[in-house]
Amino acid sequence: MTSSSLALPVRTTATSVRHPLAERYAPLATTILALIAIWYVAALAMNWTLVRDGFEREETPYAVTDVLSGTMSAERPLLPAPHQVVAAFLDGVFGYPPMAPRSLVYHSLVTLSATLLGFVLGALFGILLALTIVHSRVLERSLLPWIICSQMVPVLALAPIFIVVLGALGLHGLLPKSIISAYLCFFPVAIGMVKGFTSPDPLQIELMRTWSATPRQMLWKLRWPAAIPYLFTSLKVAITISLVGAIVAELPTGAEAGIGARLLAGSYYGQTVQLWAALVASAVLSSGLIGLVGLVERGVARRMGAH
Amino acid sequence: MDPRKLRLGLLVSAGAILVAFLFPLAPLAKPLLSHPIWQAAAGAGVLFVLAAWMADDRAAAVGIGGVILLGTTSLVLLHDPEIAGSARIGFWLIVIAAWLAAATCVINLAAQRPIRTERRKLLNLLVPLLFGATVFYLWEVGVRGFGVPPVLLPSPSAAAVRFAASLPTLREDFVQTFIRGVLVGYAIGCGAGLLVAILAHRFAFLGRGLLPLGNFFSALPLVGIAPIMVMWFGFDWPSKAAVVALVTFFPMLVNALAGLSASGHIERDLMRSYAATYPQSLSRLYLPAALPFIFNALKINATLALIGAIVAEFFGTPTQGIGFRISTEAGRMAIDMVWAEIALAALAGMAFYGLVTLAERATTFWHPSYRT
Repeated sequence: MTSSSLALPVRTTATSVRHPLAERYAPLATTILALIAIWYVAALAMNWTLVRDGFEREETPYAVTDVLSGTMSAERPLLPAPHQVVAAFLDGVFGYPPMAPRSLVYHSLVTLSATLLGFVLGALFGILLALTIVHSRVLERSLLPWIICSQMVPVLALAPIFIVVLGALGLHGLLPKSIISAYLCFFPVAIGMVKGFTSPDPLQIELMRTWSATPRQMLWKLRWPAAIPYLFTSLKVAITISLVGAIVAELPTGAEAGIGARLLAGSYYGQTVQLWAALVASAVLSSGLIGLVGLVERGVARRMGAH
Repeated sequence: MDPRKLRLGLLVSAGAILVAFLFPLAPLAKPLLSHPIWQAAAGAGVLFVLAAWMADDRAAAVGIGGVILLGTTSLVLLHDPEIAGSARIGFWLIVIAAWLAAATCVINLAAQRPIRTERRKLLNLLVPLLFGATVFYLWEVGVRGFGVPPVLLPSPSAAAVRFAASLPTLREDFVQTFIRGVLVGYAIGCGAGLLVAILAHRFAFLGRGLLPLGNFFSALPLVGIAPIMVMWFGFDWPSKAAVVALVTFFPMLVNALAGLSASGHIERDLMRSYAATYPQSLSRLYLPAALPFIFNALKINATLALIGAIVAEFFGTPTQGIGFRISTEAGRMAIDMVWAEIALAALAGMAFYGLVTLAERATTFWHPSYRT
């Protein structure tokens, strides 16, 4: 018996019954609104001296309201106001033809292609690694500790070397970036899938054995289906990490296109609004990719007979 | 392990050593018999045969002795300038014999299941160490035997020599990136994440608003914020600490919030029946119950923090720091220095992770995952 069942019924009827949608989304909406309000106040405070100094340098008479409106529309603010970021983002997406070098769509596509290639490579490698580890005790005991150690190597540090080595081998552009994002994202897949492949009950494994199932039959009829939930959980983690890898790989390579290149250019030339717009683009990309994996997961679950 | 397989592997290795005496080590080099080191190679072969004859649990120890002897032989041979860079089949036979014997011994060791716990612990440590040593040995021998240009891939020994030669620089970089950037930011980010999680747990309305947001933000590529932080806090370590704090905040928030709600109904009812105030139940029930989750976040954050600090250094640093050194030395093609820095970062990261794990063992010994 728990405290909720001990509570007197009078108290539950006393509180007004609210709509379930309001119950669910009211806290979220309040928090988001509060964050936006904090952002506006912070933009005001951080840009204040900047704008005031601007007025004083030009020696034009100004009122407090002028400074106020100036902080909301400064060209190179310390912290742009939310509406500026949204305007810059929309302008970057819709203001130019999709393949123009100023268009955010173009840069997002460049990063997206590296992300997806790296994600596919990394996920396949991770699954393969998990399969070999599950089937070989020797590898489990000798390789697994090193895989965990490999995650302690700050991979981004390897990015410049990858570029040098692969450049010497005659590879440029997409592949070095994808390899870095694949290196980053294989780990969660490998670890998750080792867990998934070993998740079936000992009882189920014994049952398969009494049917004298071969290791391959055991894999396809028991281990794979049992590992599917783990697969999608780790794929969701992996795809965001893969995006981080692709963006960061664009920094030391001096790429001309991509969200990372956009960030670098924005920081070099002090184009803060452009920088924030690129950040928003990366956020949209990452949530879109997770949503996509979620959709596939739901489709697979339905095919496998989930309700 | 099947003793026949162990025997086969070791005998093939011994045979490969025997054949290596017949083939040239390199086009210009003398045959193996005229090198004074040939006795070591022969001794390794004898040890392999001995181990194959024993073919039991002790065989691996004898075999590894032979592997070490043979590995040293090949490394000594590489000091001969006629062999380094132009090694031929005789040399590679020795390397293959060493690799095969090492693999056989590691497989044999991994298949053993000693009854005594301290032996099992020792084996669990020994097997991955031997595996790693073999990989590093093959890397070293491959790079020097084939004469791979050091610009592409330096040998581990070259990187180690560089590491030892530039300790003062490495110490400066370590202090700049790790002590100042990573540790300060990690402490701030994890501390703030935990505090906000406690607040969100105390006030359920805040929790229901923050949890979806926290999940959303922890899935974003937050390292992209690095150029903005460099703009706000300058080139020195505060901007790196700010990036690290931001990157580590959300995983801690989400995990700690899940952990604080992990205590069971019965325990909560017990606290209520004792008329415990919120701070009392927090310190006696909610926080201890959340510890496994908090440590999970601390471990995730240990890797994230190092990456965040290094990325932030790509956007501007004073002239020190691991990320700065890596990008400049890579530009100057001093790849051995780059690998020395990577080794430093990896060692620091592993030590950090290890410390967090030790703290976890010390504080969550009661958790089912440690009681087995």
